[in-house]
Amino acid sequence: MNEIIEKLLFYMEYPFVRHALAVGVMIALCSSLLGVTLVLKRFSFIGDGLSHVAFGTTAIAAAANMTSSLTVVLPVTVVSAVLLLRTGRRAGINGDAALAMVSVGALAGGYLLMNLLSAGPNLSGDVCSTLFGSVSILTLTERDMYLCMALSVAAIAMFLLFYNKIFAVTFDENFARALGEKTDFYNFMIAVMTAVIIVLAMNLAGSLLVSALVVFPAISAMRVFGSFRAVTVCSAVISVFGVLCGILVSILAGTPVGSTIAVLYIGIFFVFCGLGKLKGRRE
Amino acid sequence: MIQIRCRDLSVGYDGKTVASGLNFEICSGDYFCIAGQNGSGKTTLMKTLLRLLPPVKGNILTEKSLNDGGIGYLPQQTPVQKDFPASVREIVLSGCQGMRGLRPFYSRIEKALAEVNMEKMGVHGLSERCYRELSGGQQQRVLLARALCAAKKILLLDEPVSGLDPGATEEMYGLLAELNKKDDITIVMISHDRRAVLDYADRVLHIGSVCFFGTKEKYLQSGPGREFLYSQGGKAYE
Repeated sequence: MNEIIEKLLFYMEYPFVRHALAVGVMIALCSSLLGVTLVLKRFSFIGDGLSHVAFGTTAIAAAANMTSSLTVVLPVTVVSAVLLLRTGRRAGINGDAALAMVSVGALAGGYLLMNLLSAGPNLSGDVCSTLFGSVSILTLTERDMYLCMALSVAAIAMFLLFYNKIFAVTFDENFARALGEKTDFYNFMIAVMTAVIIVLAMNLAGSLLVSALVVFPAISAMRVFGSFRAVTVCSAVISVFGVLCGILVSILAGTPVGSTIAVLYIGIFFVFCGLGKLKGRRE
Repeated sequence: MIQIRCRDLSVGYDGKTVASGLNFEICSGDYFCIAGQNGSGKTTLMKTLLRLLPPVKGNILTEKSLNDGGIGYLPQQTPVQKDFPASVREIVLSGCQGMRGLRPFYSRIEKALAEVNMEKMGVHGLSERCYRELSGGQQQRVLLARALCAAKKILLLDEPVSGLDPGATEEMYGLLAELNKKDDITIVMISHDRRAVLDYADRVLHIGSVCFFGTKEKYLQSGPGREFLYSQGGKAYE
């Protein structure tokens, strides 16, 4: 035990580890807050689709030898999020199929580009780390770190400020609209926040595993709690706990960050399932 | 006093007209039923009245005071709501949205209003309970309490008793009649249930190939009225 603590303290000396933890916690917080809404609105998979778009754009940015891909990836993802969430409500191609098309298309295109134009010596390693987010959280540049922090703080502030509106729009969009709420604006806001959070969270979990950050905390909290506020708070706690533990374990054991966090979440989910059953039996 | 007046109104969505040539008015204190076959455009009409959809043709004139949030709405339940983790209080409070503008949190007055309406609908004891664990009848009463937070003068209800058992249906009609008589709230209701029309309605709007608008007595003697009663398995009105 002592050995582990010593090792942890030793790693904590490094600023990049502290940064990774701080950014991780912020990302965990905002992804879980918005996750509740996304899961309830039946948009669990939007994270997956968007992260694939982000992957494709990253590939293009890398092929074009851009230094900071975030500045390109973010706007492209935001635009896709707005378009995707809009088609969800229109006839023609339903949201589900649109999501699948965009997600697969971006993934295929991105990988193809990386293959054709790759400058790096270790292509499969690059792809793997973009998909599964192996170490990128530990190698964030200072500028990216501050950008991450600022965007997360903004997302959390927006969520708190519009908490009641987001609840109303999620629970019953028609009713909110009948009361004169600008539901289109709130849906737009949710789409933009989702895109921003997905791009941020990709640093942590990679584009294939980013949905775990969005879905698991919310679903676990819903097993046990019956009010929107309790679910939101609980999923934030689960998310922060999971990400902190995940990063620490991955540093100590040398496992990939994204999958460690995802596996931890799965464990937490089953624990909460059990708790929910117990609670149901007692009542 | 006329609250809503529609002139030569056509309603529809996505560029398709579903019902056309609608002429009627809703007066304050009315118990107004909208009848018609499935797919005849009853819900579309209600959504148009609520300004959720633009009218395809014609116009809707509403009394001034209804324009700033005097309308309460009880929509049909959506699949999303069936397993939604929200407490009864949270849902009823969300009915106070309309008067808040951009203020982010609820005031004490709005919280008190929610309490009063939960009391009125008999769901006060359930206020901390989770919505998805309630029975169908209880859920409808919660949504009605929410609608009342927004409504001062008029309630629009889309099939409020569909899926309820006979006891809960009775309760729901009782509550609505009380709101109509005691609080003088106008009730506008879409219903498939002949009971609603026979026992409670003052006026009826029938949408279909032949439209009808008038008092209940006249409706029951009209062609669409007889057809409606027949389709409900009842005898023609004597």
